[in-house]
Amino acid sequence: MTEQIAQVVDAKGLSCPMPIVKTAQAMKGLASGQLLEVLATDPGSTKDFTAWAKSTGNELVEQTVDSAVYRFVLRKK
Amino acid sequence: MTAVAEPDMTPAAEAAPAAVPEHEHEQKPRDILIICYSGELEKTWATMILATTGAAMGAKVRIFLTFWGLQVFVKDEKRITGDGAMQKMMSFMQRPGISHRKLSKMNFLGMGPWMMRKLAKQYNVASPKELLEIAQAMGVELMPCQMTMDMFGLKKEDMIDGLGEPVGAATVISLLQDGDAPLFI
Repeated sequence: MTEQIAQVVDAKGLSCPMPIVKTAQAMKGLASGQLLEVLATDPGSTKDFTAWAKSTGNELVEQTVDSAVYRFVLRKK
Repeated sequence: MTAVAEPDMTPAAEAAPAAVPEHEHEQKPRDILIICYSGELEKTWATMILATTGAAMGAKVRIFLTFWGLQVFVKDEKRITGDGAMQKMMSFMQRPGISHRKLSKMNFLGMGPWMMRKLAKQYNVASPKELLEIAQAMGVELMPCQMTMDMFGLKKEDMIDGLGEPVGAATVISLLQDGDAPLFI
């Protein structure tokens, strides 16, 4: 069940809009169905990544928080 | 008919037939048209944040650069622009370039912007200049206003690289009529 993460974006410490911008840029390089993991510390990113996934059609597969680090796993559409 | 059971890896051959129409029905996001009218630091910042985010969210973003907003897109190293004394005076009173913006409030002879930039650095907020470079790399279109170019005596070589051809208000209105989401900043 553990699928391979194709790429990790470390956006820790970055403020809006950089986590989303870096995610969009990284996503461009992936093939459809591949997974992207994003790490962020911006608390606003929780809502932002949900919105981003909705707008772009990419799937937000997983969302976790661990000691103020937000982790998102997204599947490229 | 769709056999969606588990999100685990199905062989490519099985997934292939369904791959075509699924996303075809999805609405393309609306294009975004930012009318960049102001030249103050905080407004330039907002313009660049919204432009990069719009592009990151898959929308086509265009920025119409007009009045004080056009001065932002003069090369940083340009000090005086224009031909006549009055045009030169205008650029002297308000230094053009994205790295030389002033705040609309709390400017205090540059103290305000200095503090703002320092805080931005501390909180890892990308500068307007960094965001502009990202926006351009992401395909955000920059459309200078012909009338403002003429009025300020700005020439193509005064402006940063990568600007589109100068356009007029009719282009803006036409894009709005086509349904672009407008932002007047």
